[in-house]
This record gives sequence, structure tokens and C-alpha cells, in this order.
Amino acid sequence: MEKVFGRTKGLTDVPFHYCPGCTHGIIHRLIGEVLEELDIIEDTIGVAPVGCTGFSLDFFSCDFVGAAHGRGQAVATGIKRALPDKIVFTIQGDGDIAAIGTAHAIHVAARGEKITSIMVNNALFGMTGGQMAPTTLAGQVTTTSPYGRDCAVVGTPIDLPKTIATLNGAVYVAAVSVDTPKNIMQAKKAIKKAFQVQQKGLGYALVSVLSTCPTNWGLSPVDSLKWLRENMMPVYQMGELKVAKEVEAL
Amino acid sequence: MEKVLLKGNEAIAEAAIRSGCKLFFGYPITPSTEIVEYLSKNLPKAGGLVLQGEDEIASINMCHGAAATGARVMTASSSPGYSLKQEGLSNLAANELPVVIVNINRAGPGLGGLGPSQADYFQCTKGGGHGDYRLIVLAPSKAQEMYDYTMNAFDLADKYRTPVLILADGFLGQMMEPIELKERPAVELPAKDWATNGCKGRAKRKICSYALTNEVMEGYCLQWEKKFAGIQQAEQQWEEFYADDAEYLFVGYGTCGRIAKDAVLKARAMGLKVGLIRPITLWPFPEKAFAPIKNTVKGIVCVELNAGQMIEDVKLAIECKAPVVLCNRQGGMLPSENYILDAMLKNFNIAISEGV
Ligand code: SF4
Repeated sequence: MEKVFGRTKGLTDVPFHYCPGCTHGIIHRLIGEVLEELDIIEDTIGVAPVGCTGFSLDFFSCDFVGAAHGRGQAVATGIKRALPDKIVFTIQGDGDIAAIGTAHAIHVAARGEKITSIMVNNALFGMTGGQMAPTTLAGQVTTTSPYGRDCAVVGTPIDLPKTIATLNGAVYVAAVSVDTPKNIMQAKKAIKKAFQVQQKGLGYALVSVLSTCPTNWGLSPVDSLKWLRENMMPVYQMGELKVAKEVEAL
Repeated sequence: MEKVLLKGNEAIAEAAIRSGCKLFFGYPITPSTEIVEYLSKNLPKAGGLVLQGEDEIASINMCHGAAATGARVMTASSSPGYSLKQEGLSNLAANELPVVIVNINRAGPGLGGLGPSQADYFQCTKGGGHGDYRLIVLAPSKAQEMYDYTMNAFDLADKYRTPVLILADGFLGQMMEPIELKERPAVELPAKDWATNGCKGRAKRKICSYALTNEVMEGYCLQWEKKFAGIQQAEQQWEEFYADDAEYLFVGYGTCGRIAKDAVLKARAMGLKVGLIRPITLWPFPEKAFAPIKNTVKGIVCVELNAGQMIEDVKLAIECKAPVVLCNRQGGMLPSENYILDAMLKNFNIAISEGV
């Protein structure tokens, strides 16, 4: 019988230990497929700082380096500068890239660092048990905003990709979601392009992926997808936020 | 052999280039800046790269990434900047990544002052960041040693897969002295068969020190403990100056070691049996240097540019068998040889006519 679907070579056979219904697994699968399709598994070094994405080290078939909280992009810079011909990517949560790692997020883009960053945005700190992140929505209840995020006190959510898109060195910036099959296909296209940008040495590429956290949102997996659609998508600008001229041809 | 006039900081930079360091990530801070400036000018000519990070934290983490690929890499800073690197250093030690770091110690705490100081001794020798780890710490006392120890630092880092620190001060960093540009010593070093540089033709590798299972974490800790214990036994270095028959001893490192040499010569000219032990490795502290003299020495003056930090290690090394007193200056001030010799004579009631 013809095999029509199988595990991508971009992933190892270590079972994901993400919570049931968490969309991290889909994002991993998409990255794994892209690594396989572009035939870059053996040329790629991934970097995962602290957070739920910190488990990634075991899941991908390529070499991987763990980094301190927020420092993934600085570590990735060091790898890429040492091995300019290799493919280097970071996979990091919103609580990592948009809070403690903001300085690095801005400066890799400003430098046009030839790396790819995948930001997994679930609007809170997942691994530590659901605390408020800079991406937490107005009124959203977390363990450190138990009465709902009060924007008068802590400001409004950061739409990091929008900021990154203003920097010249960032040549491809997209925000996608993995809540429906259609969006998953689009997400994969964006992730693939973000790696192709690096293959061609065009500059920095960031893809933000809206993702669910059923555990800390206190919702079922299906309701989580609905919550993401109804609450996150209107706040975060979706689609390709920036496609520099040199990337259009891809 | 080629001899040139260089500032201490430049000697470090030149030695790095000649040690095969291809990458430098740093952030300018006085009084260490000549290192990043010299390398910005000269490392590209040697096929290397200097990248100025957005901050000290970025720079040390860029070192982390470069070291993970197996490249020789260095960063340099000065006290307030060195504080910012602690998180990164803890991670480098845990992930067993060889990086050479330079701290040109300035007066502190806080923003402090730019003058020579040894106030970072505790931070540099006791770990500095979170968790149980040590850095190998080398303390030069002249420009030639800034050069030689830097070469040694790269080899030690690769030998033990661990970060190695050069600790000096602005006085040593800024002072110009003639330097022999020695060739890199031929040492056999272990293959970097752990580097994450793409898994072509081999199993994937990961570099990570994270464990959510206590049993696994304890295993890691035991491994690190064993490694640091091995370094402690094998790598103690120090210089002795008239220490053999000394009844009274100075202990001082870096600039203080240098000043104490003059004080020893003065004392000897007076007929006093005074010597010096100058620790070269501050970690591991050279306790072996004190074993032969701990029962015979009558008194020790620990000379430091801080409120008294290394003195604790000296007391431990001598097992409190002889009195140890502190003679210090702080805030960027240096003691003269007369100042420290006086401290010795007064503290231990040494009468010059006695001809000790
Ligand atoms: S805590 Fe949230 S983000 Fe983390 S694995 Fe569980 S559901 Fe996913």
C-alpha cells in the first residue's frame, strides 16, 4: 500500500510532551517538514531558549543548542557568525522574545542577522504556569493578572512583528496561525519562505505563529482554537507584514 | 623573536589573534576598551570578525553560540559590564563551552571609578553567577604575562571545555611594556567532538544543561564537581620570589604582586628574610604554594586593592597557622612598596636592627 503520510525526517521519534491540544506540535511539524523539503536538516543548527519551546532540542533532527531565557537570538548570532554557511534558527515563545529577550529581538533585525526566528505567541508565559506576558490581551486573566490585564497599569499588548518590520535588516516578517487547516498551510508557506530568505542570505526573517495554550487558558483544545480566533487575531496584525523587494522574487 | 611595545590590553588582543581566536563579541567599557579597539582593527586582517553586541549580555551569549560550533572566541569587559555577563558565564560553565573572558577590574561597587582595583576577586573566583561552578582565573602582573596567559587561557578553555577568565586591572591594561610576540605553544588538545556544527554524516548533537528530573540534574552536578575538583588539583599556578627561606611573606596578585616584589627587595637589602607568593591562578587558588611554608612562616601580609577578599583564601591555605594581616588601598589607589613594607614591619613588630 502506498504511504501517503508519515513522520517528517525533520523531527526525531521522541514523542512531544506538550500538553494535549497544544498547537506547539503542529508548529514543530511544519518546521520539520520545511527542513526536510529544503534538504537542510544536516546543515541546520536550532536554538531554543527557555519556555515550552525549550523542549525542542530533542524533537528536531538537526543539531540544537539550548539558551538562557531570552538569549536565543544572541546565541544564534554567535553560531551564524562562526558558521555563515549553515542555517540557524531560533524557536522561542512570546514571553521570551517580547519580554526578556527584546533587546536581542530588535538588534538581530537591525543588524540583518542572517537567521530565522519562529516566535510562538500564546499570549502568556506557558511553562511557568500561565503568567502575564507583554503579549497578554487586555482584560486577559493570568496568574499575575488575576483581575484581567489592566492596560492602565501595564500598558497594551506588544505586537512585536510590527516593530521588527520597521527595521531595515528584517526582510521578511509574517504573522500566521495554526488554528485551521487553511491557516496551517499558510503558516507553512511563511515558515518555508523565512528559511529560504536565509538560504539566499537576504537578511533577517521572523515568523510569529499564534498558538494555543489550553492548559493555562483553562479551555478545551477546541475552545482554545475558537478563543485564539476571536481574541488574538483581531489584536495581532496577521499575514505578511513585510516582504522586502529582494524577497518578493522567492 | 619579534619584540614590540604594547599596552597590556593590546597584548591580550594580539595574543588572542595569535592563539587562533577568530571571533570577538564585545561592548566597549573603560578601562578594557583597547581590547575591542585593537581587535576591530587587526582581527579582520587575520580572517576573523569583531561584532559589537547590543549589550554585555548579548556579547557573552554570542560567545556561547560561537563556542558551541567549536570556534575559539573571546569577550572582554570591565567590572560593571562583567557583572552583566554572569548569567552567560553560568550557562557557559554548565554547557561546558570554552570561551576566554577578560575582566579589566575597575573600582566598585556600583559604577565605581576607572582606577585599578581588585574588588571583583570574590565575583571572579567564587563563580559569580548562579549555581555551583568556577572559572579558571589567571592573573597577570605585567604586559608580557597578559600576552602569555591569554595564550594559556585558550588552551585551558579547550582542554577542560570551560570558560577561562583573565583578571587584570586598568593599570596593567593601560601600561606600555615591551613584549615578545611568542608563537602559540604546541599543546595537544582534545578533539571538539561535541560541537554543534551541522549533523552531516553523524548523529545529531545537542548542547544543553537543562534537566527537569532531579536525578538527572544531580548526575550533571556530580560531573561538574568532579571536573572542577580535577582542575583544582592540576592547574594551580603561582610565582615565588625569595619565598624559600622567608620568615615573613607578602601575598599579592597582579599589580600588588608587582609592587610587593620591590618591597621584598627592599626588605632583603635591610637583611630581612621577606618573600612573596604571587598567585597566578586565583581559581584554583594555589594552596599548594603554602604547604611547604605553613609551619615556618611567622607572618603574612596580604596585599590587595579591595577591602580584603583574597585574604580569606590565604588564611585557608595557611590553615591559620600564622597570622595573616591585610594591607590594602581601594577606589583606584595603589600602595607604594614602602607602604606595604611598613605594614609588615609594624604589624609583626619587626625591628630592622634585629636582622631577621
Ligand atoms: S503549557 Fe501551554 S504552551 Fe506549554 S505545552 Fe502546555 S499547552 Fe502548550
